[in-house]
Amino acid sequence: MNTTENSKSDWLFEITPKNKFFSLNLKEVWQYRDLLLLFVKRDVVTVYKQTVLGPLWYLIQPLFTSITFTIIFNKVAGIDTGTVPPFLFNLAGITVWNYFTACLNGTSNTFASNAAIFGKVYFPRIIMPLSVVISNLLKFGIQFIIFVVFYIVYYLNGAAISINGATLFFPLLVALMGVLGLGLGMIISSLVTKYRDFTYLIGFGVQLLMYLSAVMYPMALIKEKLPSYGWLVEYNPLAYVIETSRYMLLDIGHISIFGLGYTFLVTLVVFLFGVLIFNKTEKSFIDTV
Amino acid sequence: MKDIILKAENISKQYRLGQVGTGTLSHDLNRWWHEIRGKENPYLKIGDTNDRSTKGESDYVWALQGINFEVERGEVLGIIGKNGAGKSTLLKILSRVTAPTTGNIKFGGRVASLLEVGTGFNGEMTGRENIYLNGAILGMTKKEIASKLDEIIEFSGCERYIDTPVKRYSSGMTVRLAFAVAAFLEPEILIIDEVLAVGDAEFQKKAIGKMQDISKKGGRTVLFVSHNMAAVKQLCSKAIVLEYGAVVFEGRTDDAIENYFQEVQLVKHGKRIEIINDSLGFFTKWYIKDNDSFIISSDQKENICFEFDSNGSMKNCELGLVIRNFEGKILFGCNSRDFEGDYFDVKKGKYIFNIQLVLPIIDGKYEIDIALVSNNNIIDQWVSETNLIVKNKFESVLDRKWRGELNLKTFFSYDELY
Repeated sequence: MNTTENSKSDWLFEITPKNKFFSLNLKEVWQYRDLLLLFVKRDVVTVYKQTVLGPLWYLIQPLFTSITFTIIFNKVAGIDTGTVPPFLFNLAGITVWNYFTACLNGTSNTFASNAAIFGKVYFPRIIMPLSVVISNLLKFGIQFIIFVVFYIVYYLNGAAISINGATLFFPLLVALMGVLGLGLGMIISSLVTKYRDFTYLIGFGVQLLMYLSAVMYPMALIKEKLPSYGWLVEYNPLAYVIETSRYMLLDIGHISIFGLGYTFLVTLVVFLFGVLIFNKTEKSFIDTV
Repeated sequence: MKDIILKAENISKQYRLGQVGTGTLSHDLNRWWHEIRGKENPYLKIGDTNDRSTKGESDYVWALQGINFEVERGEVLGIIGKNGAGKSTLLKILSRVTAPTTGNIKFGGRVASLLEVGTGFNGEMTGRENIYLNGAILGMTKKEIASKLDEIIEFSGCERYIDTPVKRYSSGMTVRLAFAVAAFLEPEILIIDEVLAVGDAEFQKKAIGKMQDISKKGGRTVLFVSHNMAAVKQLCSKAIVLEYGAVVFEGRTDDAIENYFQEVQLVKHGKRIEIINDSLGFFTKWYIKDNDSFIISSDQKENICFEFDSNGSMKNCELGLVIRNFEGKILFGCNSRDFEGDYFDVKKGKYIFNIQLVLPIIDGKYEIDIALVSNNNIIDQWVSETNLIVKNKFESVLDRKWRGELNLKTFFSYDELY
């Protein structure tokens, strides 16, 4: 053989049957950062095409949900929101909750809905769910602005609402929620490639989860009214995020350091597990999807 | 000293046949159970070779098995083989769309693959926006695309429509735009699958020219898969032939194409095995003139020769030839009296009968059935053990079941009416 073997370090990269047990490959994601931004742009730009109301649709949904919740849960069922106007209470919860569900729903069908493009070209697969989380962040931004507008209107009309020092940490809370949605979405998207059952599970599961996440009631209320089932809400990290966000935005309820620590831990575990299972799936999902 | 830029070692790919669903969970659990005990995947041991026409025993099939090859820097490697030989699977593995079941591939440079033009095109976005998006999907940075934007638009010939949403484009324009983006990619290794099968003749020529530029002037490595032997011949310096998921030939393009047109058959001599000696006469052997095999190309005029031993004289003779496929269906039949022919007389001695014909039929093995008739009595009828093998120089992209029995070259063109 006159072939001179290249030494191992000369190879740029190698394809093997399996990925390393855990690899985030941030370097590669960085190389494809332009693609990430273009996907975000595509998601944002193409959503409004051929609609009359365009981005207004982003505002209609949370507003009408809040009105409905206010009528059903506060006027009819009589849930007490303290000094805060019920509409604002619901709007805060729904805006934050919507970001989580948008991230979860958007990322949970990453593999199934992008099979056509994934089947033809390689780029770091994680770009797709990341772009979903970022484009939804923009959507969340728009919805948050409408919340701020209503906040100011209520404030000027003398509602007893205020912000506090914790408000500064609100962006961190949003990031936490995004990462949790991303992690869960990656886990589910990996499972969906083989077992379609999870598509159906996520459909109604998210709706049920909302009732366990203290979106339309204060956490303290469930402990008071249903002491034997209160743990269902207490073990739900999302409930802490919603409760804390209301504390930060409306100065209502409690901030629980334990609860936040617990949420952070769960998010970290879910995210790492998500990356792990996503890594394992991305290599050959195209054969089973 | 060779400068190897791509090295594939022992690549195999196993697929599961049939419905993925019932039984998957039990197989998954079993596989996982073996894995945690550090044992080998139990389903890797089974599996049939990738021959679509036979009914296999196992639910698992090897689309590729034990593929090894190397590509040097600047080389243009052609990958040829029949439909289902494993070409696309190999390309998918090389372009990292799916992982091999075993083996590994090492790359010494950046790779871009073009398994389909226009991947990720979004109809709602304009041509310009799609150039950026498609370029980024193929691995270019925004800066790289911006610096080549004018060239890309010019090459595509879609300048007037560049700010119109792509959904308003004709299919031909979409393809042109998509290929233009891909043509300006600058990876060290470019993987291309049959993209030339689209577009009109003028554009195909342009595309081939561009690819020649990429490899010759750019010094870049190209892996090219195609059914179009003319394009392979024009572009590639080296080729590998795949058959049933294995590399059956690796070497110079011309030799590879020749190999692709060959097929092994067990009985090769064309001689008659059993001869009944007490008849008036009998056929002894057949062959194809100026050909030491029994392989013909479906587009060539051929002379099929039959040798005949006559024991006496026969008057008013005629010769009939029938060609059957393996289902026993007659594809073609002819008689010596056809056209200018007429009855002929045979005396004692040896004869050669010669039938000149073109057989534009689909590739495969065919049965030769020949008979000599004198005064309406069959003197000898012989079905040869040796089969006639027909090869096609061009293969349709269609699946075998849609291709019928004929192999004819077609040309497609279209115009926009409105």
